[in-house]
Amino acid sequence: MRAFTKLTGPILVLEQENIDTDQIIPARYLTVTNFDGIGEHAFADWRFDANGDPLPGHVLNEPRAGHSPILVGGHNFGCGSSREHAPHALLGFGFRVVISSQIADIFRSNSHNVGLLPVVLDATQHASLLQMDGEEITVDLEQCRVTVRATDGAEQNWAFTIDPFARHCLLRGLDRFDFLNQAEDAIEAYEKSP
Amino acid sequence: MPVPELLPESLFDKLWNAHVVEPQSEATPAILYIDLHLVHEVTSPQGFDLLREKGIGVRRPERTLATLDHATPSLPPGADGQRPYITEQAHYQVQTLRANCREFGIELHDWDSPSRGIVHVMGPELGATQPGMTIVCGDSHTSTHGAFGALAFGIGTTEVGHVLAKQCLLQNKPGSMRINVAGTLGEGVTAKDLALNIIRHLGMNGGTGYVIEYAGEAVRSLDMESRMTLCNLTIEAGARAGLIAPDETTIDYLRGRAKVPQGEIYARAAEQWLQLASDKDAAFDQEITLDASGMRPTITYGTDPGMSVAIGEPVPAASNASQEKALQYMGFRAGQSMRERKVDIVFVGSCTNGRISDLRAAASVLRGRRLANHVRMLVVPGSENIRRQAEIEGLHEVFSTAGAEWRLPGCSMCIAMNGDTVPPGKTAVSTSNRNFAGRQGAGSRTLLASPETAAACAVMGHVAKVMDLGTANLETVQEVA
Repeated sequence: MRAFTKLTGPILVLEQENIDTDQIIPARYLTVTNFDGIGEHAFADWRFDANGDPLPGHVLNEPRAGHSPILVGGHNFGCGSSREHAPHALLGFGFRVVISSQIADIFRSNSHNVGLLPVVLDATQHASLLQMDGEEITVDLEQCRVTVRATDGAEQNWAFTIDPFARHCLLRGLDRFDFLNQAEDAIEAYEKSP
Repeated sequence: MPVPELLPESLFDKLWNAHVVEPQSEATPAILYIDLHLVHEVTSPQGFDLLREKGIGVRRPERTLATLDHATPSLPPGADGQRPYITEQAHYQVQTLRANCREFGIELHDWDSPSRGIVHVMGPELGATQPGMTIVCGDSHTSTHGAFGALAFGIGTTEVGHVLAKQCLLQNKPGSMRINVAGTLGEGVTAKDLALNIIRHLGMNGGTGYVIEYAGEAVRSLDMESRMTLCNLTIEAGARAGLIAPDETTIDYLRGRAKVPQGEIYARAAEQWLQLASDKDAAFDQEITLDASGMRPTITYGTDPGMSVAIGEPVPAASNASQEKALQYMGFRAGQSMRERKVDIVFVGSCTNGRISDLRAAASVLRGRRLANHVRMLVVPGSENIRRQAEIEGLHEVFSTAGAEWRLPGCSMCIAMNGDTVPPGKTAVSTSNRNFAGRQGAGSRTLLASPETAAACAVMGHVAKVMDLGTANLETVQEVA
């Protein structure tokens, strides 16, 4: 897993609420046996018409989309299916961070496991970000802080909370499996207990 | 010394505490032991790759159970003997699971198994699902198994790898919510309608961060298949797991099934299982009470399962831009009567409503009737066991005579990755679990409802409920004894 410490870049806003994992990666792309290249199909039904041609007006088809590492989605991002293909598709598309005012449980833990940083901000901060499409912000996992520049040029710092173990692993690019693996004695003891 | 008073615990607390290998700390999640790991072809290949990468085996193959369901065709093999997989890749995915199960010694219910079925239908049918267990699967509808008083939830593929390798998961303990449903469901009102009403009440994200225990008279009086429908849909309110405390209904359902202990040992197990209940004064982070008696047959009209109305009520007005977009996608106007909507496709099946009682309910509406001319209807049993039982009862003939297609077990049109899809712009009434935009095929419009309602819509050719049917499309006048 790639480590994540701090990133500055433009945001891409998808304002819609309840963006479910079927939108992020439609089920017909789930017949794969590895995640290579899955980013090409991210938001396929939003980006392409029935013939597979890119829909011109869509923000995800603008040249900037591939260079915007921070996705800001509407409330309750990532709801629905448990498919880990969803965070993989976002990573493959070029996102490293997803920000929303609520992120669904399974999507969030899948993101932790594959190295996509999920950030939950409060409703007011989130609402401000939804109005800042294309602007540059900084996401600092070390400080658990999002830095934005207001229209008057003043810097604003917003603190966020994240599961401490997820933060620990993301900062160092650690595979969570290794932690589980170190617990072998405890697992054996549990299995032997009546 | 005074005896320390034990804090009252919820059913969820009890299940959680009994499976903690290492407790949660400020810096680390708990390590939770998993009793049963269900596996299917779509979310497991990369999990098995972890084992090969680490050079290890499956820790407890006897606690692992696999099936083919998601990518499998629902049509039988062609004249060439080949199953009509939608793509070579889908076929390869199935072959990959077969090879992985062989390599790692896992019981797979392949095409030739008399028990193959949708993972959440098969587990309970075999009695692999038991009260008190922790159960996971790379599938969000794993919440289904909570109907038995098991802590059951969906996981991602990385975690599938973790469980294959260590039989454990890293988890932070979620919050707890209890939903008490007082009263009783009226005639013709099903567990599906109850669930849709609960999801509308909570919103599709209202359960996020919680495990939900369902309690109250209306829940107690549900049979096991209805309880599975209710728990199955828990994830549609954002909660990973739903729970119902085991009772005699649970014990009766499991008795004699292939993977439960038999005879005397079963009686002792049942005694233990009946202890699994929330203590009288157990604390919940949130508690909600709803009344079942006012609930009516319900149908969704939007692109999230929380957007539903009682059939007969007009389409509600959008309360924000996302709902506005949903109405546009669905082609509905606020205030419009749902009954105006022509129905093109009806799907009866899925881990939500693909069990024998669901098929019986749909058949009871269709018996002696025909589908409206423009309607295409697929009936897909949840498992081979259900398919056989339905054929013994002649339900398949009721469906075929009415003009519906009787298919082979699998997820089929619920997730629409096997080729069973709803064409763009067409309206499907579906007994499945998700009405997300494009869920049943790009551009598809899904209305979620019970099997009874779905069958009524198929006959009428537009949105309807059973009570609307009268003598519509009756081929022969039924003799009344």
